[in-house]
Formats: sequence, C-alpha cells, structure tokens
Amino acid sequence: MGGFLTLLYKELLRFWKVSVQTVAAPVMMALLYLVVFAYALGDRVSAFAGVSYAQFLVPGLVMMSVLQNAFANSSSSLIQSKISGNLVFILLPPISYLEFFGAYVLAAMVRGLVVGAGVLAVTVWFVDLRISAPLWVLAFALLCSAILGALGLLAGIWAEKFDQIAAFQNFAILPLTFLSGVFYSIRSLPAFWQSVSHLNPFFYMIDGFRYGFFGASDTSPFASLAVVAVSFALLAAACLQMLRSGYKLRQ
Amino acid sequence: MTFAIEALDVEKRYGALQALAGVSLAVARGEFFGLLGPNGAGKTTLISIVAGLARASAGTVRVMGADVVADYRQARRLLGVVPQELVFDPFFSVRETLRFQSGYFGLRRNDPWIDEVMHHLDLTAKADANMRTLSGGMKRRVLVAQALVHRPPVIMLDEPTAGVDVGLRQGLWQFIRRLNRDGHTIVLTTHYLEEAEELCDRIAMLKAGRIVALDSTRNLLETFSGLVLRLRTDGAALPEGLPADVLPADNGRFVLRLRDYDALEQVLHRVRASGAAIRELDIEPPDLEDVFLRVMEKH
Repeated sequence: MGGFLTLLYKELLRFWKVSVQTVAAPVMMALLYLVVFAYALGDRVSAFAGVSYAQFLVPGLVMMSVLQNAFANSSSSLIQSKISGNLVFILLPPISYLEFFGAYVLAAMVRGLVVGAGVLAVTVWFVDLRISAPLWVLAFALLCSAILGALGLLAGIWAEKFDQIAAFQNFAILPLTFLSGVFYSIRSLPAFWQSVSHLNPFFYMIDGFRYGFFGASDTSPFASLAVVAVSFALLAAACLQMLRSGYKLRQ
Repeated sequence: MTFAIEALDVEKRYGALQALAGVSLAVARGEFFGLLGPNGAGKTTLISIVAGLARASAGTVRVMGADVVADYRQARRLLGVVPQELVFDPFFSVRETLRFQSGYFGLRRNDPWIDEVMHHLDLTAKADANMRTLSGGMKRRVLVAQALVHRPPVIMLDEPTAGVDVGLRQGLWQFIRRLNRDGHTIVLTTHYLEEAEELCDRIAMLKAGRIVALDSTRNLLETFSGLVLRLRTDGAALPEGLPADVLPADNGRFVLRLRDYDALEQVLHRVRASGAAIRELDIEPPDLEDVFLRVMEKH
C-alpha cells in the first residue's frame, strides 16, 4: 500500500508542479472553443428543444477536456520516465502491477477531472447551465477519465518515443473526440454518418455525459453506460496483462 | 545456508542475440563480489535479471532465497541496485528523491536514515538542490543513496565509478566498504580492474554471455601467475623465439609476459647473447589486468 500511495502522490505532484501547462492551458483552450463556436454558429445550430447551442456545447467541451487530459497525463508521464530512464526507480521497488496500474490511472483521472471542473467553472460565467442528473454526470466523468487514463497507460507502455505518443494523440484521440458529437448532435448528420458515429466509443462518453446535464441525449444513457463500462473493463484487462507480463517495461 | 544471490542456468535472448548463455553462480552472504567482462559480455543483463528489470528466457534467480519472479516483492525488498545510467527525476530535489524512493518501498518517516545516508555520501549540503543542478558525480551519489533507502542486505552496483573523479571515487569506496563490513553483500561491476582487485573477495569474469572464470581474487592472481618484464634496449631488436609473449612497443621498449622466473633467466640470457644491451629493466608481479587479458584471450 505504501508504494501505491507514494507513486500516486508522485504522479499527482508531477502534473501539479507544471499546472499552468497541464491544467490552465487546456481550460483556456476549451474556453476559446466555446467563444468561437458558440458565437459563430450559435444561431444556426440547435440540438435539443429548449437548449441553446452554447448550453449544448459546454458538456461536450468539459468531457473532451477530461478525456484528452487524462490520456495526456498517463501517456506523457510514462514515456518521459521511459526515455529519461528514471522509470527504473519505480521498477526496482516491490510495487505490484495492480498498484502501478492504479496509481497511473488514478492520477490521470484526477488531472482529467480537475481540468474538466476548471472548464465547467469558467464556462458557467458565460452560459446558463443546470445539471439535471448529477449522478450520471459523475459516473461518466469517472469512468471516461479512467478509460482514457488506461488508454494513455497502454500507449505509454507500447511507445518507445514521444513521436509515437503524439501520433496516437493526433491521429486517434483527437479525431475520435472531435467526431464524437462534441460540437454537434449526431442527429444533424446524414443517416450513414450517424451509424458510423455509433461505432465511435467516444460518442457514448459525450452523449451519456450530456444526458446528465439535459436529461436528453442522442442514444439511451444506459446503452452509453454499458459501452463505457465494457470499454474500461477491456482496457484495464489489457493494461494489467501487459504490466503482469512485463511487456516492453521489463525486457 | 541461503545465498545472497543464486543464479542457475540463466539464459537471456533478445531475438537472435544470446546475451546470456547459461550463467550459474552463487554469491555468499557478506561477500564483496566482482563481475567483470568486456562491454557486451552480459554483466548488465545479469544484474537486470536479478533486479527484475528484465526477465530471464530460462533459468532461475534468487535473492536471499526469494525467487525474483515468483516472489518478486520479497526479492526486491532485499536488493538495492545502483544502475549504470546516470538517471534522475528532474522534478525533484535530492531529499524529495530519497523520500519518494523510501515511499516506493513502503517506508514512511525514513528521514533519520535518509539524513545518515546523505551524510556518508557527502550530500547533506545539496539536500534541497534540484537534481538537475547537480554534477555527474553528485548525481551518481544520489543513485547510490537511492539504492540504500530501504537498507537492503544485498547491494548491486553497475559501474558506480564511471565518470566519477578520484576524490569522489575514494569516498564512495570507503562508504561501500563500510557497508560490506556491516554485513551487506556487495556485487560490483567495473571497468577499473585495480578497483576490483583491491575490493573484491571473489570475481566472476563474463565473456559473450558465459562465465569464463570464477574464483577468489587471490586464486585468480596465482593461477595466472607470471611476470611482466618491461625493458629498454639500446635500440636493438629482441631475438626471435623467446619463451615469452612480446607485446608491441616502440623505440627499443618492450613489454614481455613471462610464465615464471626460469623464463625470465632464459630471456635475459638470450637477449645478452644476441648482442643487445639492456638499458632499463623493470619486473612487475601480475595484476588483475593481466589476469583479465589472459582469461579473455584464452576463451
């Protein structure tokens, strides 16, 4: 237990010591998206009855920030430690693979949630927003940050250079979040692209999270919760198996 | 009795490369043990397997009786490792680094021991300095301190004095000797053979993933006993067919490796008979470097 808590604390301190870059910058980014999209498109797009575009946009931006930052935290921490070689300090002590997984994923969740809360705290000054089902909001925030934390861990274990993490981030995470319905309701898409969107797991994260705010969503929140829970279970199993076998870390 | 470290038929393959080809050795408790070999011989690979940083392709390794795979938590608690690479976490100060390392081993409130280790390694003045600001030698000492935070009975040091200046090196050895006197088992790799000769009770020599010599330092020196003769002639060449290995030299200077004093007499006699005059002459007993070179040549 001692090893786990220390590793968790170290991981939290790591991003907190550079919080301008790891917390303030992504909050600023989300705010810019809000300003640009809500004011440029506000009159032309409407998603749910009685919900303005700016209101619609905020939960999507919050969730997108949670996802991207949870992924960034575990993946960049691990790749930095691997490349600088100081991962050895964590590999030498008697830290179990479960503790390793738990510490990296929890720290990633905290970073994602802190950034998400920051985006929410800043945007409520501009947009009138109510949370109709807070438990759904919480459940999706926790599960989705855990998924991306685990995905970041997986990418960090697999990658051998920063370039590969950047590729993962820019060619997988970024398009999947952008095309998941952050900026639009998928109901506004042609039928074909609607079905394609249903294949994107990030769609269920955004949609379920949004349900918690408006009590309305593109698909059933229970279906979304199921997709998200199964995704986490699969990713966690993959990560634990990699860590147990020492894949790429203990060669 | 359980050994401090016991390796049985350890093999390691990286694709087509056979880094270790069946290594077996046992290091007794309290020993000061040297692991020598040229670059690429498999020393670091062996240390990595003992430390759990790499997994053996075959064979078993135990630290104080604890299997490094099946009982890895116990094995790692009993082992302190100073890695060869000069690695550090640029986010933290020396004290923070040592506190985190203690924490990873489940030790809280370890400050009295951290202070003591820092004191012995002359790090106290730098306790609050960021790791980035330290010189290479200082960083090396922090690595040693990190390996000791949990007071492991077995300590492995992979080239701890590479790139460390003479003063620091002496201090470091004094401290490690003290640890050994206090009962810690020390396993060391180094390229400085005079250090190994001075410090190690026993030595294993590795070449291409195999142990090619394993004996007490004294026995190794005696087995490969012989003499080194350095001489300078008046410029004349040495006669052919001397009972010695003549190493290349220049300007009438020669280095000869001889089996014993009989060979020495024969060499001197034949040099005189050839008409060459000897201007300078120096005879040295063998050192570990000679032993090392001979062992490596033979295999």
